[in-house]
Amino acid sequence: MAFLEVRGLEAYYRQTQALFGVDFVLDEGSITAILGANGAGKTTTLRAICRMVRTDGEVVFDGQDLSGLSTERVVGLGIAHVPEGRGTFVRQSVEENLQLGAYTRKNKADIAEDMESVYGYFPRLGERRRQQAGTLSGGEQQMLAIGRALMLRPKLMLLDEPSFGLAPLIVQEIYEIMARIREREGTSMLLVEQNASIALELADHAYLLETGRVVMGGESSLLRDDEDVRRSYLGY
Amino acid sequence: MDLFLQLTLAGLAIGSIYSCVALAVVMIYQATDHFNFAQGEMAMFSTYVAWTLVGLGAPVWLAFLLAVGISFLAGVVIERVIVKPVENAPVLNQIIVFIGLLVIFNAVAGWIWEFTIKPFPSLFPEDLGFKSTLIGPHHLGVIALTLGVLALVFAFFRFTRVGLAMRAAAANPDSARMVGVSVGWMLALGWGLAASIGAVGGILVAPIVYLEPNMMAGVLLYGFAGALLGGVSSPGGAVLGGLVVGVLENWVGQYVPGGSELKLTFALILIVGVLVFKPAGLFGRVVVRRV
Ligand SMILES: Nc1ncnc2c1ncn2[C@@H]1O[C@H](COP(=O)(O)OP(=O)(O)OP(=O)(O)O)[C@@H](O)[C@H]1O
Ligand SMILES: [Mg+2]
Repeated sequence: MAFLEVRGLEAYYRQTQALFGVDFVLDEGSITAILGANGAGKTTTLRAICRMVRTDGEVVFDGQDLSGLSTERVVGLGIAHVPEGRGTFVRQSVEENLQLGAYTRKNKADIAEDMESVYGYFPRLGERRRQQAGTLSGGEQQMLAIGRALMLRPKLMLLDEPSFGLAPLIVQEIYEIMARIREREGTSMLLVEQNASIALELADHAYLLETGRVVMGGESSLLRDDEDVRRSYLGY
Repeated sequence: MDLFLQLTLAGLAIGSIYSCVALAVVMIYQATDHFNFAQGEMAMFSTYVAWTLVGLGAPVWLAFLLAVGISFLAGVVIERVIVKPVENAPVLNQIIVFIGLLVIFNAVAGWIWEFTIKPFPSLFPEDLGFKSTLIGPHHLGVIALTLGVLALVFAFFRFTRVGLAMRAAAANPDSARMVGVSVGWMLALGWGLAASIGAVGGILVAPIVYLEPNMMAGVLLYGFAGALLGGVSSPGGAVLGGLVVGVLENWVGQYVPGGSELKLTFALILIVGVLVFKPAGLFGRVVVRRV
């Protein structure tokens, strides 16, 4: 059985259905990308996995069925979320944001150690640890969101468009750090992106989402070479 | 000069009680975007609980501590049982629930303890070992105790893990949930804390205004004025606002001709004035909300 297995996943906002039976799997230690246009249901997929929308269908993580669990319990299992829009606690300091990431953990020494390791990945956060997080630049806030997720010592990271609204150079930097995190910590990642070219470079596998359904999936290289994908998502 | 100092110190004492009420109101406002109109009546009820315990023979300090503890639990239960079920209801429904709570507490208190006014003992001894013509022992004790309590509350929010989680849950519930904070329980905890802080205010003001079911009406109004003046988005501002209102109230009563009759009017003028000219208060932030 795969590390994360999603079968027949449906999601609803009140009466509106947003996902119509999404299926995909993610292997332990791998990075899987979900690509799709605006409104395809990428964010909803991540929110469904951590039980933040009403869902139907099956999500099995590390052998455990997530249906019926609260979001807090899902987080407690080691699933960290880097949300759309970064979810910064704007009035709290950088350090407090990171502490919140470790909210479900108890061991203070481990937490302090992980905080230093986050500052290692993102030296710019270290320089600004006492600064109010709302005053950080967009790129720095994205780093903070990833750092906050790392503070969970997650087994799986859900990343929602980490490239959104950022200059190409910063995007490059953030993706390099994500690659380094995977290499060093072995963290599995489920990565949602509109920026298909950079996501396909990092990811091992990818799925294509269209109006709440998976229309295609496979190894990243396969999708990269696909004529339709190239025309619709890569733009060449 | 002595009169001025006396007025100012007494104003600080009563103002620190307004600060308690203001802080309680602001805590819940920050988490829910609503004013808990029942905050005053909850505090009144807590005071009756303390009064009953004293009547049963408990030392007044023990009664105080027990009443504050009971209020905490009651606050948690009220949030879970009454407030939570309407948290996604239209705004008007929620306001009606708060006003309903106010009416119910008032009526039940009148039913159990009757509407006759009762004396309430001070927590502090008549003889503090020194005498001052500027401030009486109860007022001095009130200032010391409230400032101590408020400092504790701020330290709790500033330095503890749960305090941080409560701030996070109030500011950004979605993100808080995503890091594993149980937002619902943080809200309940906030209600408990607010009820406790209100109880402190009620028990301290009772020896001054006497115990009766309507004793908090004026205090709540001044507390609101303080909260608005300081800024409903700023707990520290609310506390300062409460102190300022307490002092201003005494000054107006003494130095403005006919002022002693106009004290409540003054509070209303202050509330309207702040809402019109400085809606965010002196220390608050202007929040631009998408509608
Ligand atoms: N809170 C909501 N209430 C109602 N409908 C919603 C809500 N959030 C999303 N939807 C709908 O669900 C569908 C999927 O939205 P979702 O946010 O998952 O798309 P997305 O793929 O993340 O898009 P984007 O790339 O723009 O972020 C859309 O049709 C959207 O209108
Ligand atoms: Mg999205």
